[in-house]
Amino acid sequence: MELVEAIILSVLAASTPLLIAATGELVTERSGVLNLGVEGMMIVGAACGFGGAWLTGSIFIGALFGIVAGILMSLIFALMALGLAVNQVATGLALTIFGVGLSGLIGAGFVGERISPAAHLTIPGLTEIPLIGHVLFGEDGFVYFSIALIIGAWWFLYRTRAGLILRACGDNHVSAHALGYPVLRIRTFAVMFGGACAGLAGAYLPLAYTPFFIPGMTAGRGWIALALVVFASWRPGRLVVGAYLFGAVTILQLHAQGFGVGIPSQFMSALPYLATVIVLVLLSRARTGGSTAPAALGTVFVPDR
Amino acid sequence: MQLVLEKRTERSNTIALVSPLIAIGLTIVTMTILFAILGKNPLLALQAYFVAPLTDGYSLQEIAVKATPLVMIAIGLSLCYLANAWNIGAEGQFLIGAVAGSWIAVKTQGTDAGAWVLPVMLVLAAAAGALYALIPAICKVKFGASEILTSLMLVYVADLLLDYLVRGPWRDPNGFNFPTTADFDPVATVPVLIEGGRLHLGSIIALLVVAAAAILLGRTIKGFEIRVVGAAPRAARFGGFNANQLIILTFAVSGALAGLAGIIEVAGPVGHLQPGISPGYGFTAIIVAFLGRLNPVGILIAGLFLALTFIGGEQAQIAMKIPLDVTKVFQGILLFYVLACDSLILYRFKLVFPNRQVARGAG
Repeated sequence: MELVEAIILSVLAASTPLLIAATGELVTERSGVLNLGVEGMMIVGAACGFGGAWLTGSIFIGALFGIVAGILMSLIFALMALGLAVNQVATGLALTIFGVGLSGLIGAGFVGERISPAAHLTIPGLTEIPLIGHVLFGEDGFVYFSIALIIGAWWFLYRTRAGLILRACGDNHVSAHALGYPVLRIRTFAVMFGGACAGLAGAYLPLAYTPFFIPGMTAGRGWIALALVVFASWRPGRLVVGAYLFGAVTILQLHAQGFGVGIPSQFMSALPYLATVIVLVLLSRARTGGSTAPAALGTVFVPDR
Repeated sequence: MQLVLEKRTERSNTIALVSPLIAIGLTIVTMTILFAILGKNPLLALQAYFVAPLTDGYSLQEIAVKATPLVMIAIGLSLCYLANAWNIGAEGQFLIGAVAGSWIAVKTQGTDAGAWVLPVMLVLAAAAGALYALIPAICKVKFGASEILTSLMLVYVADLLLDYLVRGPWRDPNGFNFPTTADFDPVATVPVLIEGGRLHLGSIIALLVVAAAAILLGRTIKGFEIRVVGAAPRAARFGGFNANQLIILTFAVSGALAGLAGIIEVAGPVGHLQPGISPGYGFTAIIVAFLGRLNPVGILIAGLFLALTFIGGEQAQIAMKIPLDVTKVFQGILLFYVLACDSLILYRFKLVFPNRQVARGAG
């Protein structure tokens, strides 16, 4: 029983950064912008988040540092891809290359330092309930926030006028522009939201997942978050399923290694990446005959006057 | 008053030519500021980065050695990008090529195998790289899966496979448990051009690749198809060009070149297979491809320039304790500026005064 609980807890912990980053990217892509720089924004968020928490001793301020760093990174992307109409794929790649280097520079000062990780909720009486107590009432703040975030994103996209306008920009920017909506401004906000989420997701890693910073600690999670958005066919509900499924695969391979299954550890470590490829293939195949991607995704828009 | 982009009626050829130079200039200005922030003398740092490596023969050879994989990979990537196929997993294809070629080297180690070993290694590496690149290409063409994500995921898989092999079955029994194969036999090694020097046969192969790509793009129908499919997909469809076939072709060629670069690196400068054989060549090559304007000769120049930053970065680290990550930041900033300047080929900036366009703009 305790093992089951431990596994569920570690799956939640592994899934949370994926869920947060993917929620941000989902909103960004729904506005028609493909920001491939999630990995870069995450790793800078991780370095700044850890730096903030290490300097101030506050996990909350660390998380804020991560968010601000993510937003600043996303603004570079917005300036390039929206302001200068540069190819979004290339800009996103540049953002990741830049972010990996920058995080190394920022983080160089506190590699090897430790902080006390984010506190977990305790409600006397509830947290001790066997099996579900810790899962429901004993998580750190990030886990609860990530769930609120994806519900909020769903509500915004499907239940508000602003969300409808954002989706309109993503499906047909020419029409949205003709109706008088400021397409580029709306997209800039969407990109900034994506940056904030990626920064927070990155900050989660050194603030709650492992209480120290190592260069390259995002280890491709930003790219998996991007794949998750495709996996979810741009729908928030499916994104939750996808994020937890991928968290589960990650944890499964760790436990399998722990049990000494006779498979080399490197093969198990490759599982989440292979799973991403297989899932992308299966899902894209199931969708033949009509794409669910935002119609204007990744296309350049320069308003004509 | 607002600054907006306006599409040029024709692409500006002047800017197309000078934009990489503007980008390099802007990058150097930005780096000067960065060095000052890091508390280093910017002039000395720039000197260490860009001038010092050009002043001695050893560093000059080392630049050519570093440029070799960058140019070979970037040439392949440029074909993909021209055809609007986004292969960003060249790093993985590089590693798989290195692994496949090393297989022969490891299996023939200590035997009296003859001069056939190296050519077989090169061919096998190119084939393995091509096959590895075909996975994302086929997933894209057959199932519509994003080649960007699949090709990138396979980088991590290739990295782990290499790690497994050198820690497990291929580990040098006399290597004090270090994760590395034994040094390759002379017949499995890329020969150096000058006795005692660093420059090796791979650099010649890279030059041949540049020439072949220039001929392919400038003088053949296939090259024309590649350029049309990327630049004008609709026109290409009317012309009866098969875009899917070109995705497969460009991915295979770029995978083969990356794989070839991988084995040349391992059997040349490195001399054995070990983790960390690539300081991110597959990713830096993306920058090389764009900085070279997806043009073979441009890529050759851009590859030498980025190789200079690798060597300069190492020298700046030794001489001035400037962290190696500065090189990556530099490369990222350079790519930003290159892309931004490229935007000016197609667009020009224009100041608009809102009150003048209310009548038309608000409708």
